[in-house]
Amino acid sequence: MTAYFDAASTEPLHPAGRAALLTALETGWADPARLYGVARGTRMLLDQARGRVAKVLGVRPDEVSFTTSGTQAVHLGMLGALHARRRVGRHLIVSAVEHSSVLHAAGTHERDGGKVTTVPVDREGRVDVAAFAEALRPDTALVCLQSANHEVGTVQPVAEVAELCRAARVPLLVDAAQSVGRMDVPSGWSLLTASAHKWGGPAGVGVLVIRKNTRWRSPLPSDEREGRRIPGFENVPGVVAAAAALEAYRAEMAADGPRLSALVDQIRAGVPRTISDVQVVGDPVVRLPHMVTFSCLYVEGEALLTELDRLGFAVSSGSSCTADTLRPSHVLEAMGVITHGNVRVSLPRGAKATDVDRFIAVLPEAVTRLRRTAGVTTP
Amino acid sequence: MRFRSRAKTGSRDGADGAAQPPVPDPSQPPPTLVIDALGRKCPIPIIMLAERLREVPVGDVIAVLADDVAARTDIPAWCRMKSQDFVREETLPHGGWGFHIRRTY
Repeated sequence: MTAYFDAASTEPLHPAGRAALLTALETGWADPARLYGVARGTRMLLDQARGRVAKVLGVRPDEVSFTTSGTQAVHLGMLGALHARRRVGRHLIVSAVEHSSVLHAAGTHERDGGKVTTVPVDREGRVDVAAFAEALRPDTALVCLQSANHEVGTVQPVAEVAELCRAARVPLLVDAAQSVGRMDVPSGWSLLTASAHKWGGPAGVGVLVIRKNTRWRSPLPSDEREGRRIPGFENVPGVVAAAAALEAYRAEMAADGPRLSALVDQIRAGVPRTISDVQVVGDPVVRLPHMVTFSCLYVEGEALLTELDRLGFAVSSGSSCTADTLRPSHVLEAMGVITHGNVRVSLPRGAKATDVDRFIAVLPEAVTRLRRTAGVTTP
Repeated sequence: MRFRSRAKTGSRDGADGAAQPPVPDPSQPPPTLVIDALGRKCPIPIIMLAERLREVPVGDVIAVLADDVAARTDIPAWCRMKSQDFVREETLPHGGWGFHIRRTY
């Protein structure tokens, strides 16, 4: 039985989400824009789901839109905010360790004639707040910062950057995909994005929150759906399931979050104690509760993942050979830490302590074996 | 994915110039040993460096030639981890980089 330790890629569907999905497939299939009974019922399910998500996020229901993915939420959030403020200027600020969806949208903006400033991070993967302050200009239209890093788990100083943005009257977009459901939502932002499958909801549901008084204009052809913000027929069953999963997940994380965090501490302490030449990366304290990343010197990331899969562990890696290109992770590169032999462990809800113990127990042997195969004799 | 427009930290002397022949820098000692890891993927260049560093005397410089871009991050990071002295990176005329490391112990 494989232990699933890749929650940062996707969390298994929460039972509350599954139950809500099955019910809503029966009751929430009609067009929520129509006026007959079953359509009004579907509209009601959608509005209720919006209210429940808004409550967990601490925002108003009419500030919440549902997208088809977290990536779509980021693309529309960024490009729409930039579009609405193009008379102010076309300068965008992002951190060097944002999710690929943010960096690709920044690339689109740049190809379209916009300017982009990338703010560096320290060795722990934390952005430099002073560098954000320096990067702000009179023509800055938008600032983007993740709530926490998706590869190393470091929590970003969102409140401090939000304060800078507020003073400069520049909107801040927070990509909260890794933290929503697991941690409280930071304050002070103008736009926020998240993804339901990260909190045990179904795939195909993202969230875009646009606070009142934030200028935003869709970069896409106009459409009536989701308050004219997101095009296309609403995925009501998916949205209902996402809301049910979020409520249940957030409530459970009050107890399970600290438990998972203690398991992560065990890995953080155990791995370098039992294996030589290992670098545990990311902030040891100011971090996501469920995630730890480390790099084993002289080991190929893909070989280590294959070996761990054989031993019954599903984990992820930022090493180059495991990505879909031959480039190593841009996050590890920006941090200036070892990129090969990289393993990311992210614990899902209910991860078993016995599985974590077994992981710590079998890893040294696996690393030693791979190093021997590669011909390493260096102590 | 290519998100490489950011400025990199650490010493990158001559790394960002166009392809030019590596001009011997008279202020820098020539490497005692040059390891050719061109065409080899990480972690092989790092393994070769770690295995052969012992061949040069303490205080001397060893150079690693590599064209896997991961080496640009991994060799300086390895030096920090192992308390070896990362001297500089140079761009090679036919692609790749030369990394100069001074053995400290």
